[in-house]
Amino acid sequence: MPMQEPGFFTRFMLAFALFFRVLFDATFAGRALALRAGSDSEVDHDVPQPAPVPPPAPPQLHEAPAEAALQLLGLLQREGRLMDFLQEDMSAYTDAQVGAAARVVHDQCKRALDSHLSLERIRNEEEGTRVSVPKGFSPSEIRLLGNVSGEPPFNGALTHAGWRVARIELPKLSDGHDVHIIAPAEVEL
Amino acid sequence: MSEPKHAVGIDLGTTHCAVASVEIAKSDRDTLALSGLGIPQVVAPGEVETRPLLPSFLYLPHPSELPPAALTLPWPGHPTDLVVGEAARALGTKVGLRLVSSAKSWLCQGSIDRRAPLLPLHTAEDVQKLSPLAATVEYLNHMRNAWDHAHPDAPLSQQLLSIGVPASFDPAARELTAEAARLAGLDQAVLIEEPQAALYSWLGVSAASWREQVKVGDVILVVDVGGGTSDFSLINVRERDGDLELERIAVGEHILLGGDNMDLALAFFLKGELEANGQKLDNAQLATLTQAARAAKERLLNLPDEQAAPVVLPGRGSKLVGGALKTELKRSDLERVLLEGFFPIVDAAARPASRPRGALTQLGLPYAQDPAITRHLAAFLGRQAGALGDSQQSFVRPTAVLFNGGVFKSELLRERIRGVLDAWLAGAGAEPVRVLPGADLEAAVARGAAYYGWVRSGNGIRIRGGTAMAYYVGIESAMPAVPGLPPQLTALCIAPFGMEEGTSAAMPPAEFGLVVGEPVRFHFFGSSTRREDAAGTVLEHWSDSELTELQDIEVTLAADQQRPGDVVSVQLQAAVTEVGTLQLAAVNIASGLRWKVELDTRDSATG
Repeated sequence: MPMQEPGFFTRFMLAFALFFRVLFDATFAGRALALRAGSDSEVDHDVPQPAPVPPPAPPQLHEAPAEAALQLLGLLQREGRLMDFLQEDMSAYTDAQVGAAARVVHDQCKRALDSHLSLERIRNEEEGTRVSVPKGFSPSEIRLLGNVSGEPPFNGALTHAGWRVARIELPKLSDGHDVHIIAPAEVEL
Repeated sequence: MSEPKHAVGIDLGTTHCAVASVEIAKSDRDTLALSGLGIPQVVAPGEVETRPLLPSFLYLPHPSELPPAALTLPWPGHPTDLVVGEAARALGTKVGLRLVSSAKSWLCQGSIDRRAPLLPLHTAEDVQKLSPLAATVEYLNHMRNAWDHAHPDAPLSQQLLSIGVPASFDPAARELTAEAARLAGLDQAVLIEEPQAALYSWLGVSAASWREQVKVGDVILVVDVGGGTSDFSLINVRERDGDLELERIAVGEHILLGGDNMDLALAFFLKGELEANGQKLDNAQLATLTQAARAAKERLLNLPDEQAAPVVLPGRGSKLVGGALKTELKRSDLERVLLEGFFPIVDAAARPASRPRGALTQLGLPYAQDPAITRHLAAFLGRQAGALGDSQQSFVRPTAVLFNGGVFKSELLRERIRGVLDAWLAGAGAEPVRVLPGADLEAAVARGAAYYGWVRSGNGIRIRGGTAMAYYVGIESAMPAVPGLPPQLTALCIAPFGMEEGTSAAMPPAEFGLVVGEPVRFHFFGSSTRREDAAGTVLEHWSDSELTELQDIEVTLAADQQRPGDVVSVQLQAAVTEVGTLQLAAVNIASGLRWKVELDTRDSATG
């Protein structure tokens, strides 16, 4: 009969108890050592393995799901032809031509963004004004530039007020909808 | 039916629909729990989004046009062979022959059979056409499902429900709207005139303070310019038992003219500009031109300092920059096309002109021949000169004005109407009008309709009014016919002006001998000015401005109770239902038998 696998909490408590027992009980430590040495070759996988020393944590990186990103690209193409704009060879056109088209793309992409997400500034001060960055500030919200030394609070000029998406609401997708199709090919009959 | 929890209002607009509701248990004299319903809809194939408005468009996709499940909605049982809302509008800009639009404008065209599948008007043979009635049912079904999805414990069929219709809708169009509601499973729906709904919305927003904003003797003019229709109403503030009372005293004629016509006119103007520069538009660019014209218009209206707005039509295909066409809309041109075309400064005696149809006509809908809304307004106020019982004036003088409709988001246009009204009033030695503040231009009809439902359940103030027309049937005189002249017609009043909901008119004594089993038609007339005629009044002569001929009415005495060919003597009786529709019956006094007179008949001469 395969041994039951204990849950995380049970494992946590067990590891905790074993840690002290291995540390202070030499006989137990010897048995644990033997068990560990043989674990890879002899011990059945179903047998819970005591983990007296937690292994170093693996690097914490994860894949961002592509679905929402592709959907947003599709939306900006549909509403504002962003992909057409980015993919077109600009070198052939005058600034006036590019400017005229950019206006349409800008106008409609902004409209599309505004209706699907709420943008807010991270700092409400005017750019260029002096601001104070307190101790314990969030480094993901505030990037320090230039002469970064000493201890907070830091005083400096606000060069970019930052952007934060406060709310994002993308359309719901029907099952089987292929978000990789950013713009279908069009054939006029 | 369980006790209703909400009073719900539906705005069934020509270009957009909206739903709002008052939560009854949370509302009292001082606080109104009023909210709009977000309407989930397909916005692109396979994508569903909740939006405050449902565009009144319906698209009939080719069976192989869209991926499977592309029209999935959050609720079960949604249609898979058609889509309504934003996706329909967007798909229709590229495949116009599968798009149903302006169903509401078709619903009030007596010249067509509104139950017959005729939309889209110009389409391909394999497109399964819909009737204007069926399209309306689809919009209502979608809104009902959206409501039920959001309120699983309080289905819409069990709530108080009011649906907005133009004040100028004729009895047949009202009846068809009520029928559409019944077909959508919303039998309890009642109708509310849109300008009245706008005023109810204002009353709801102003709460108790409205009593300070108007006074006894005020005449409130509601100017409602929607996407497809313009609608005027006059509401009088009176005193009754020491309290203020509101009474709707007049409504205007049906004017098929709205914001869409303005955008279309600008688009045609810009098309001319582009072509004058030697730039050729393809069909797809023509379709986006209206949108670009609207954007440029809004930019100029919102930014009074700018003298021109760029108009760029991106190239077709993926060549965005290369194929782009560029021009600009100058402020002077905008003012000329919009202000001078639709809101010219005219005097109070001006009347709409009849002239050959120009660029405004699209696909067979009989749009107003004169696009000048100010001239239609002058005609309305002139026609209603006697509405307050004072026949000395050449036009009725409003003291306050309430704007409604997205067109009036532009201050320029509100100011133009106000300026024109003030000039007329100054010419008659009267005070300028006050603009009632706080109007909610786009959401007011749905919100006001919801508020009306709450008022009907015994709260707040109710606008009195009843029917805005007296109705007549035409009787051919028994005089010997004069060769070369049509038989003399007299008009018998069967429904007096101002009949309230749930009342019946007295039965006029005139009797008609009808042949059993054969359909009999009557000429049918309405008058928005003859307020004193009682049921039974016979008119020998009238002027064209007094009586408007409506679509014929028809009755068939069913052969199941009588022998075919027998002649039965009947009298005609009118009633206004609780729903707000006119009902006519042919009654045989001796037997007590009643037959329904159909208001919605097809003109056999042209249909």
